[in-house]
This record gives sequence, C-alpha cells and structure tokens, in this order.
Amino acid sequence: MVITLGFEGSANKIGVGIIRDGKVLANVRKTYVTPPGFGFLPKETAEHHREKILGILKEALEVSKVEIKDIDVICYTKGPGMAPPLLTVAIAARTIAQVWNKPILGVNHCIGHIEMGRLITKAKNPTVLYVSGGNTQVIAYSNRKYRIFGETIDIAVGNCLDRFARIIKISNDPSPGYNIEQLAKKGTKYYPLPYSVKGMDISFSGILSEIEKKALPHKANKNRKKKVEDEELPSHEDLCFSLQETIFAMLVEITERAMAHCGSHEVLIVGGVGCNERLQEMMGIMCKERNAKLFATDERFCIDNGIMIAHAGWEMFTTGTRMKWDEATITQRYRTDDVEVTWDVASDE
Amino acid sequence: MSEIAIIKQGAEAKLYKGVWNGNECLVKERFVKNYRLPELDKTLTKSRIKAEQKTIKRCEDQGIKVPKLFHVDFNERKVYMEYFLKAITAKEYIFRLEKSSDNNALDLLCSKIGSIVGKFHVNNIIHGDLTTSNMLINFNDDGYDVIFIDFGLSSYSAGHEDKGVDLYVLERSLISTHSSLPELFEKMLISYKETNTLSTETIKRFEEVRARGRKRTMVG
Ligand SMILES: Nc1ncnc2c1ncn2[C@@H]1O[C@H](COP(=O)(O)OP(=O)(O)O)[C@@H](O)[C@H]1O
Ligand SMILES: [Mg+2]
Repeated sequence: MVITLGFEGSANKIGVGIIRDGKVLANVRKTYVTPPGFGFLPKETAEHHREKILGILKEALEVSKVEIKDIDVICYTKGPGMAPPLLTVAIAARTIAQVWNKPILGVNHCIGHIEMGRLITKAKNPTVLYVSGGNTQVIAYSNRKYRIFGETIDIAVGNCLDRFARIIKISNDPSPGYNIEQLAKKGTKYYPLPYSVKGMDISFSGILSEIEKKALPHKANKNRKKKVEDEELPSHEDLCFSLQETIFAMLVEITERAMAHCGSHEVLIVGGVGCNERLQEMMGIMCKERNAKLFATDERFCIDNGIMIAHAGWEMFTTGTRMKWDEATITQRYRTDDVEVTWDVASDE
Repeated sequence: MSEIAIIKQGAEAKLYKGVWNGNECLVKERFVKNYRLPELDKTLTKSRIKAEQKTIKRCEDQGIKVPKLFHVDFNERKVYMEYFLKAITAKEYIFRLEKSSDNNALDLLCSKIGSIVGKFHVNNIIHGDLTTSNMLINFNDDGYDVIFIDFGLSSYSAGHEDKGVDLYVLERSLISTHSSLPELFEKMLISYKETNTLSTETIKRFEEVRARGRKRTMVG
C-alpha cells in the first residue's frame, strides 16, 4: 500500500490530491479567476497560490482521513508552467516534506494528465490528445517514452480560446473555455475561418487574428469611414460556434492522422480543453467511423489538479524513482518526451 | 468502374481495390466526416481532392515518381489511381531494416527520400504531410523506387517558411515514429541539400520553426 500526496500549481489552479494505489482519497482545487478581459499574470497567480495552498492541504487531509504518518511521498509539479507559481508550490512541497520527514518527487505536468486519464478511463495504449491552455500535443507511447507525434507550431488551443474570450470580454469564471462552450451552443451561423493543419501538426495563430477582425472590425481597420453598425456584427454566439467548430475539427483530424499512422484504436483526451463536450462528441464520431474507442474524463480530472500529480508520482515512486533534494527544482519548459517511463504502459513490443 | 474490397482506412480516406478501363486500380474515397459541419467537410474534401490532382500532375511534369491518376469524381469524393500492389510503406520498411540492423540499406533509403523531398521543394511543391506512412517502397529488379503518395494537404509555394514547416513535420514524424533511429533526418538532409539548390534559406527557416517550438511557454 503506497499513499502519495500531490501538489499542482503550474498555472492558475492550485490543487492538492491524495491517492492510495489508484484510489482517489482527496482532490481539492481552487482557481485564480481574473476579471473579464484580463488573463492571469505570473506574480498575482503565485500570490493566489501562496495564500490558498495551506488551506487546501488541510482540507485534503481532512477529506482523505489519511494520517500524515501513512503518507509515503510528497509529489509536486516540476514543470512545465509559469515560473513564479511553480516555484511557490515547489517551495511549499519541499517545506512540508522536510517538516513531515518524507521523500520528495517532482512530476512532469503533462505526464500527470496522461497517467490520470489512463487510470480513470482504463484506456490501455491510446493515442492521446493533450489539449490545455499551454499545450496542444498528439502523443503515443513507444519505447519507454510518450512520443509527440503532432504539436502546435505556434500557440496552444486553450490559449487561442482564452485570448478570444478576452477579445470579446466574456467571463473567466469558471473558465473562459467553459463560457465559450456555452455561447457556442446557441450559435447557428458558421463563419469560415482559416483551417491550418500540417500533417500531424497544427497552427492557431492565423485563426485568432482572423476571428479578432470579425469580432472587432473597427479595431482591425481604423481608417474605415463608415462605422459598422452593431447589428451587422457577427454575434458572440456565432463566433464562438465558428471558432469551436473549426479548431475542434482540426484537432480531431490530427488525432485521426496519428491513429492511422500508428495503427491505434483508442483515443484518450486529456487537459483542460478536453472536458469540452462538443470536442468529446466530435472525437466520438470520428472514433466510431474507424471502429475505435474514445476515452475522456470530466472536469474533476481533466482540469489541472493535485491528484494527477499524486498519481503520476505514485507510478514513479512504486517503480523505484527517487529524487535528491538538490534535484527538487522547477523548470518552465519540460517536455512530455523528456520523461523516461519506468512503469508499465500496456503492450511494449 | 467497379470496386471490390476495402483495403484499409488511412488518415482521411477509405481505400478500395477497383477497376478502371479494365485495369486494376486503387480507389481512394474521402468519405463524409460526420464529426465536422457539412459545409466545412465539403470545402475541405474538395480542396484536398484538387490538391492531390494538381500536385500529382506537377510531380509528373518534373519527373518525380507518383501514382498515375486515372479519374477524379468530385461527387463521389473518389480518386482512381495506380495501385502499387506489392509496395510496402517506408515505415514498415524501416522497421524491417531496424530489426536486421542493416545500416547501409538505411543510408540508401534516407538518401533516396531526402533527394525526392529536395526535388519537391526546388519545384515549390509542399507535400504537407511528410511521414513514412506516405512513402511507398516499390521493389523492382534493380532494387526499389520510393514513391510519395497522399497529396491532400499539399500546396504550391515558393516560400521558405512553408518549406521549412514541411521539413519540420518530417523531422517530428521521424523522431516520434522511429525513435530508436535518431539519425534518419540528418541523413536525409544530406541528399536534400544536393537536389534543393536553394536549401540554405529553407533550412534556416526550418531551424527557426523548431526554435519557436522550443521557446514556446507551456502554461496550463
Ligand atoms: N497508390 C497506392 N498503392 C498502394 N498503396 C497505397 C497507394 N495509395 C495509398 N496506399 C496505402 O494506403 C494508405 C493510405 O493512403 P493515403 O493516400 O495516405 O490516404 P490517407 O490520406 O487516408 O492517409 C497508405 O499509407 C498506403 O499504405
Ligand atoms: Mg496517408
């Protein structure tokens, strides 16, 4: 029996999770929500995490009913992410581990998402679509690593959505992506947008600038004589609808391309954007059309959380990975394929 | 024309064995993708069939070996083309060579692939999906030809950025698919530089595309 505790805080969520051999004992999380039109900045986000982290830890311990002496290892997100919040959480994790006299383990955030998705859905050896605010990757496992088959060549899909939410100033509560999804449900008219896939790679920056022009034509063309009347402008609902339909079609397409290339029959969607129901629906239809199976999770596990760090840490710890104190640092850029996989991932030929 | 059994389902299309003018051929059907909006599906399918048609013609004009195109049916979303019945994909061929640790054969393959990609680029042909699933190894008495296929994402551009991205896509797919052979891409670049006389600028742009990826922040 191995119990691990995980801290996550690489972006605007701060979470603590406790897990015992695949059984979730606690999963507590708080989000730093900024006003409409504003993104989260490193310093303020770190301050938010600093303020909340001990309260969340206390709550997680209470919910889990675990005694401190039974915890085997303290895990935290080593990267990738924003430096100040990463650092805040790493310092807290190190301090707690010292005080409680426990070993410490830094975990790759992306690996956390994948391993959590596999645990919850029981997907065996899936093609993984990892979609979040900072990452857009199509991943498959081979030869002791999660290999990146496709990736964004500019901005991440979640970043594209978040920035569009700021352009049209919609609420960031609970998340910009969630509110775009709700508006998109009411959209009916499709405005064509650039569609940009490059093999298994993908690009979003052209779409973002095009949709900005559609949403704010005055800003895009300052010399314009005739003012565009408000009723001539595309509605936010239709723009959100058009944006989602375009970028999700692109994501499904590159996932399918990777599946064909790798001969895979399973898809797992992870990361914050992965809880979008329209994306899940589209991916499901694609899977059906090629006799494949879709695996996805809901917001508890899709959106950044402490339990995914605790669980990936569990996989590492139980297969012998240990970290020296002077290695317990952070790194802003830490790629999915930097991590040597020491645990079993389905059929490894 | 008639179609017999479905052979395989690729990244976007279903492939059948068929007959065209009494000859065996391959039918590639870009079937309706119900996951995307019908209007988007229609535009994409049409543009991809067109791209495939145009680029195959361009390659033929430049003496680059590609499947012959017999017939295009936009309504049925089908392309009828030459079927390389005995060919295997470069992906399978590399797996085979990897098992037998045949380094000379790997060098030869890389040289052939690099030289064709160079020919594409010097002629402003962007393949758009350079993976080892989209290269066929067609054995003959003197060895084999490498035949590139799947031009649905191809385009025509003199831009070094487009060519650089094309190389980036190739590199990424080699690293991920053939992870225990990290030297494949560098080997391909040797012959690439020989056939693409304008490669210096393209490679510079390729390195920029790669660097952009490495510098990108990965928050969330
Ligand atoms: N002309 C051909 N002769 C033999 N095999 C082919 C030919 N064209 C395609 N194939 C096989 O079918 C697969 C899918 O075809 P492709 O044109 O790449 O379609 P997709 O866009 O669906 O990937 C290829 O990877 C290859 O194995
Ligand atoms: Mg193909």
